[in-house]
Amino acid sequence: MSAVEAFAPRATLNIRDVSKSYVVDEKPLPVLRNIALDVQPGEFVSIVGASGCGKSTLLRLVVGLDADYEGEILLNGRRIEGPGRERGIVFQEHRLFPWLTVEDNIALGLDGSDEPQHVLDKRVRDNIALVGLAGFEKAYPHQLSGGMAQRAAIARSLVTQPAILLLDEPLGALDSITRAYLQKELLRIWQQERVTVIMVTHDVDEAVFLSDRVVVMEPRPGRIRSIVPVGLTHPRQRASVEFARVKGEILRDLSGE
Amino acid sequence: MSDAPSLRSARPSFNAGALGRGLVIPGLIVIAWTVVTHGGLVSSNLLVPIERIIALPFTDEAGVQLWPALLASIVRLIFGFAIGASAGIALGGLMGASRLADRALGPSFNALRQITLFAWIPLLTAWFGNGDMPKIIYVAMSAFFPAALNSYIGLRGISAQYFEVASVLRLSRLTRIRKLLLPGALPSIFVGLQIALITAWLGTVSSEYAMGNGRGLGGFLLEGRGQFRMDVVVLGVVVLALVGYLINVGCAKVFRRLLAWQGDNK
Repeated sequence: MSAVEAFAPRATLNIRDVSKSYVVDEKPLPVLRNIALDVQPGEFVSIVGASGCGKSTLLRLVVGLDADYEGEILLNGRRIEGPGRERGIVFQEHRLFPWLTVEDNIALGLDGSDEPQHVLDKRVRDNIALVGLAGFEKAYPHQLSGGMAQRAAIARSLVTQPAILLLDEPLGALDSITRAYLQKELLRIWQQERVTVIMVTHDVDEAVFLSDRVVVMEPRPGRIRSIVPVGLTHPRQRASVEFARVKGEILRDLSGE
Repeated sequence: MSDAPSLRSARPSFNAGALGRGLVIPGLIVIAWTVVTHGGLVSSNLLVPIERIIALPFTDEAGVQLWPALLASIVRLIFGFAIGASAGIALGGLMGASRLADRALGPSFNALRQITLFAWIPLLTAWFGNGDMPKIIYVAMSAFFPAALNSYIGLRGISAQYFEVASVLRLSRLTRIRKLLLPGALPSIFVGLQIALITAWLGTVSSEYAMGNGRGLGGFLLEGRGQFRMDVVVLGVVVLALVGYLINVGCAKVFRRLLAWQGDNK
């Protein structure tokens, strides 16, 4: 398998005192309050929390789909304004365009690039290989299983060589066997690409298995309750005492004891 | 890899079972028809034996006129449909893609849509006489509304999730149109075109019938009725239905091929 040659550019993300409310029945409903988080280049940070704690909303702010918030989000010191190709995102649903083949879906991210076609073609090929989909370039999304479609979505988000990859419960809709398998794949891709990752998940086990740090959020309004450093070497053993200890700590924070 | 996809592509191109079931009712009608006409139940001037109908376009002096009439109707259908469907896709596409256009044109479009097409005939003949012009306009109008409505629905039906992907990937306007709006709306546009083709065909025959004058299947029916030739009338009706049926089958086949990405489960 050929690695994607250039490593991702380094990215430092600073989320400074971010708050956001929706307006429901003409009354403001706070969804995020005073979120502060710094993510270092190459770091893998997970955000866990009960549904309604605003973790997906936070990701939408970082990717630039929603600009209506207070506070500041800085990428390498510059304020984020709208979406940008230095930030890739994978949603819980694969969101591949059903009318495009796998390779055409992945090539979408390179639309409008100045580089010569053969370079772009190679980038698409390399990313297909990276996620283990070689041989399925011409397949349509409906011909893929859920896990394979999500791999294609990961390749689509990586093809732009983003500095930071945002994962919004990317494995949440998959069965447990496929999920465990793709967790290892995500780990491999992250180590290979050295990309900064922020992943939203409700699976504590998954967060501990993959992350350098786990951000625990609590709902109504969404706040950061604690940030737990994992501090274990890869590959992590789920059955180990240390793994269970970190997991236990996070679960305690989640239940608010 | 545990989750290997099965690449389904083979699809039976011809479903003999479905065709067989579809032929049951027409078959029963033919049998009943034959029994009635040959059993002496009715006098033959009002209901003609089926074999005479089949022979009519090849042997009968009035029946032979079917061919030029059919040709004239199909030419009208093609012109009217081409004009009406393209205008419909253009307007529906504009209203589907632009909120501003939707707000500006939507109410008028929906009001006009409520008018029975037949009501336009007196106006059209008053403005354009009773030649080919008003007929083709009428056919175009019959195609216009279903084409416009379904193009609009098709664009509006594209999931907001895909638009988020488009903005995250910073797709250019042109790419958005080519890779998202157009293919996303295509299934619905095709449904619109199929309906438009059928309504345009019915519009063709009814405009010929209502505006008299000139060759066409509608005129053929009119003449048959005028001469009290029920066999000619029945022949005209059968051909009218047959063309409509072929349009339906042909559209379904072509569109299914063009929408291969939908697979079998659609």
